[in-house]
Amino acid sequence: MRLPCPLCGARDLREFYYLGSAVYLERPEPGAPIEDWDRYLHLRENPAGITRELWQHQAGCGAWLVVERDTVTHEIIAARLAQEVASDAG
Amino acid sequence: MRVEGKGWVDRARPVSFSFDGRAFTGFDGDTLASALLANDVKLMGRSFKYHRPRGPFTADSAEPNTLMTIGRGARQVPNVRATTQEIYDGLKARSQNAWPSLHWDVLALNDFLSPFLGAGFYYKTFMWPKGFWEKLYEPLIRHAAGLGALSGLPSPDHSERAYAHCDVLVIGAGPAGLMAALTAAEAGTRVILADEAPRPGGRLLSETEEVDGRAGPLWAAAMLDKLKATGQVRYMPRTTVTGAYDSGTFGAVERIADHLSAPPKDLPRNCFWRISAKRTILATGALERPIAFPWNDRPGIMLASALRSYLNRWGVVPGKRIALFTNNDAAHQTAIDLSDVGLDCTVIDSRSDAQAQGEYRLIAGAEVVDTRGRLGLSGITYRRGSRTLMMDCDALGVSGGWTPNVSLTCHMNGRPTWDPDLSAFVPTKNAVSGLEACGAAMGLWSTRAVLRSGQDVACKAVETLNLKAPKLPIPNAAETTGDMIPLWSVNAKGRAWLDLQNDVTTKDVRLAAQENYASVEHMKRYTTQGMATDQGKSSNVLALAVLADATGRGIPETGTTTFRPPYVPVPIEAIGAGASGKGFAPERFTTSHNACKARGAPFIEAGLWYRPSYFPRDGDTTWREACDREVGYVRNAVGIADVSTLGKIDIQGPDAAKLLDFVYTNTFSTLPIGKVRYGLMLREDGHVMDDGTTARLGPQHYVMTTTTAAAGDVMRHLEFITQCLRPAWDVQIISVTEAWAQFAIAGPKARDLLSHIIAEPIDTQALPFMGYQPVRLHGIPSRLFRISFSGELAYEIAVPARYGAALFDDLVSRAETLGGGVYGMEALNVLRLEKGFITHAEIDGRITAQDLGLARMISAKKDCIGKDAALRPGLTKDRFELIGLKPVNALQKIDAGAHLFELNTPHINSNQKGYVTSVGYSPTLRSYIALGFLKEGRNRHGAHVTLLDHMRNMQAEVEICPPAFFDPEGTRVRR
Repeated sequence: MRLPCPLCGARDLREFYYLGSAVYLERPEPGAPIEDWDRYLHLRENPAGITRELWQHQAGCGAWLVVERDTVTHEIIAARLAQEVASDAG
Repeated sequence: MRVEGKGWVDRARPVSFSFDGRAFTGFDGDTLASALLANDVKLMGRSFKYHRPRGPFTADSAEPNTLMTIGRGARQVPNVRATTQEIYDGLKARSQNAWPSLHWDVLALNDFLSPFLGAGFYYKTFMWPKGFWEKLYEPLIRHAAGLGALSGLPSPDHSERAYAHCDVLVIGAGPAGLMAALTAAEAGTRVILADEAPRPGGRLLSETEEVDGRAGPLWAAAMLDKLKATGQVRYMPRTTVTGAYDSGTFGAVERIADHLSAPPKDLPRNCFWRISAKRTILATGALERPIAFPWNDRPGIMLASALRSYLNRWGVVPGKRIALFTNNDAAHQTAIDLSDVGLDCTVIDSRSDAQAQGEYRLIAGAEVVDTRGRLGLSGITYRRGSRTLMMDCDALGVSGGWTPNVSLTCHMNGRPTWDPDLSAFVPTKNAVSGLEACGAAMGLWSTRAVLRSGQDVACKAVETLNLKAPKLPIPNAAETTGDMIPLWSVNAKGRAWLDLQNDVTTKDVRLAAQENYASVEHMKRYTTQGMATDQGKSSNVLALAVLADATGRGIPETGTTTFRPPYVPVPIEAIGAGASGKGFAPERFTTSHNACKARGAPFIEAGLWYRPSYFPRDGDTTWREACDREVGYVRNAVGIADVSTLGKIDIQGPDAAKLLDFVYTNTFSTLPIGKVRYGLMLREDGHVMDDGTTARLGPQHYVMTTTTAAAGDVMRHLEFITQCLRPAWDVQIISVTEAWAQFAIAGPKARDLLSHIIAEPIDTQALPFMGYQPVRLHGIPSRLFRISFSGELAYEIAVPARYGAALFDDLVSRAETLGGGVYGMEALNVLRLEKGFITHAEIDGRITAQDLGLARMISAKKDCIGKDAALRPGLTKDRFELIGLKPVNALQKIDAGAHLFELNTPHINSNQKGYVTSVGYSPTLRSYIALGFLKEGRNRHGAHVTLLDHMRNMQAEVEICPPAFFDPEGTRVRR
């Protein structure tokens, strides 16, 4: 599997660190209800299909990426810099 | 027997080799199987289960029968197919799975017991008594059945792993592959042409047909010259593509040295390739399939195409009187080729309307129903209508038609498609993204059609890369395909083999169906059909057909089993090349490594780092003496330790302070310039992640230190925060761990030592405890931190790494003049234990700030990572709390990992009240001391509990005390 790093180009899977769902981008406000924190920290969808995940190009440029991929076909649909995604989300 | 004037072996170059101790001669270009057949050796192996005599069944990598062990001792390689092993001078081959000899094998007894040894026999037979399976039955069965064995010795050879990239990967250098490769190369793409054989041509090497008016092998050789002339093609012979993976990645094994008599020392034996291709063209051809008929496994019985290979490619025939059994026209070519060299050949064709295509005897509308010959075929019986007739022959070619070699198209979870016109499975479109099959792999049988399809598929591939392929002329070649009427198995009495290697017969498959293992995947596992080293290449389709018949379903409904990589066996040595011994993980050395090594220090691993454990001296009887001595340096004089392995992260920018306030539980924006502060870092789930000190070097400049173990994690954590959670902050972070060599100078005489080499004043007014100062050390710009991990007056000095080795030597010799010296990790551990300082032995990922007694470090005035989660009820009630422990009998040895129980309670899991994380012997206190966690432990200082280690059989009564054993007021550190 190769991931298309927006800064470095297509790179081998072994250069990347996998964190998990892109839900990690949506950190609750301080003092948010405990249920919100539970959802943020622990509750995850496990779809057969398209997922949004956070990967870091750890052995490369160090950029965190939001990778959209299909767990059924292994197709990589898109990879964006997490910094841009997070900035867009405000 | 060798046939004059036939084959492409080099008769001017004889090659001598041995098989089972007997010397033989073959020719350059022979395989082990062809050379043995040339010497009239047909018996080459024994089957897995019944130990039946076997000879070669194919002439390629699909071979089920002739597995041999090549070489001796540490160099021996088991289960090598004689049909693909090229011979070389001095090659030593041995047969397998036979004792005492291949000709007289005691366990052939199994064959007489075969009525009791059908599919699943051991599930039924060895059920009782229960305990006997593991201890008696399984070892016996394993001994009786088997293949070759590994030597058990480390391999003296080396293999390699390598990566290759191309625009177009062509798999197979037969006519389709050669045509495709040339088309792609002429279009300007970078091509890799990988082929299993030592020379190009594929099936053309085994046939008499001409291409463009030249013999097939010569046309192929000329094509290879053309390919090379383009400068675009990397041709990889002896390379089998073994698997298809995501994103156009393929695994391939290249056999580099296994065909050489004396390979150069620097040549790897195998190379395992990862090939990354934008487009892939599958030109893997087709595999001939047999027909199952009674006693179809004797040496001398082989595929009709294998007979042609041995005759046309190697100039060898396995007998003088040869019969063929077929259901198709294509196999008649074998009879034509044999009669062309004057050999007697009879074709038995199951089709009643079959026509002879040359001067040979044809018996149409007949089937073979029996064979004879113990160690080799001596005759067959065939049935024509109601008549049964016998015939003498010493070789029999079998052909049930051809099956496209679809394996690689199925590695990504794809299934092949049944083509009723071809009576064969063909590749399913887009089963592997970017891959397209052509030629016989697509079910095209005429050479001309194969060549055209190679070009068409290459043109398409090139176009998707936005290039244009030139239209090359299609060479003249045979256009005929011939006719075939499916015949899978002959309905007659007697055992008819499907899977020759695993001894699976048609009866076994029918039994599986009868016992309701009717799904193809269940049948496979119940009978072991297709589970041998050949993965059922010659038997899978037949087994499906027999199962379909037994269950009354069609073949497409029955479906195939799953094709998985690797296509051929790959030595683990090749896949794992470079990943053993020192190659298993990189080693990180500090600048003082050589000096520590010269002092005889044993090293312990900390992540990838190597750190000195202690420094032994002549006369020491145990490591403890060294450790106690080194603790004494620090408590009484001055000790030097290399602490460069701690992570160092440089943080700069207008928002640097904000970042630190967010990462750490405590506040760093208020830290004055020139000061250092201890910080505690949580994970977002509220548990402690790491701790360390951070110094403020300037208004927008901090240097953070992390523990050795968590340096990488913390760096990633900071990058996550700055990129994903706070993308607008203007702050830059970079790891400078390797840029600085850092040494601890600890002990009452630390200031004396440093004042001689540092120009600036470092008295306690100029540089108080937890202060930072840039200094010049021997004139070198350096960083001096007054921090302590031992509770003594201590400094850490950081110099650019290139000065590390020199400074270490200087510091140690100065410390020695002052009555101190270098200390290792053992002493460092005891020193921190005496002070109750924590390491990752304590912060093991389940521990909170509150557990450590550091809840007050979570600032109420600001948000930080992990703050909300740390305050949830699950992490604040009924916790294990950090405590110190010392045995009532001070010299009683205790160990980390032990459990804590109340005195006089049964030592069962539900009574467990705590555990021990770190233990050391304190020479300062003349007692063992420990840190651990205990339920509500902070309220119980002074109480006694039982320390128990079931593993090491250790029990002690211990007193609970505060974690800081020595100088709890911290007066020494401020001196």
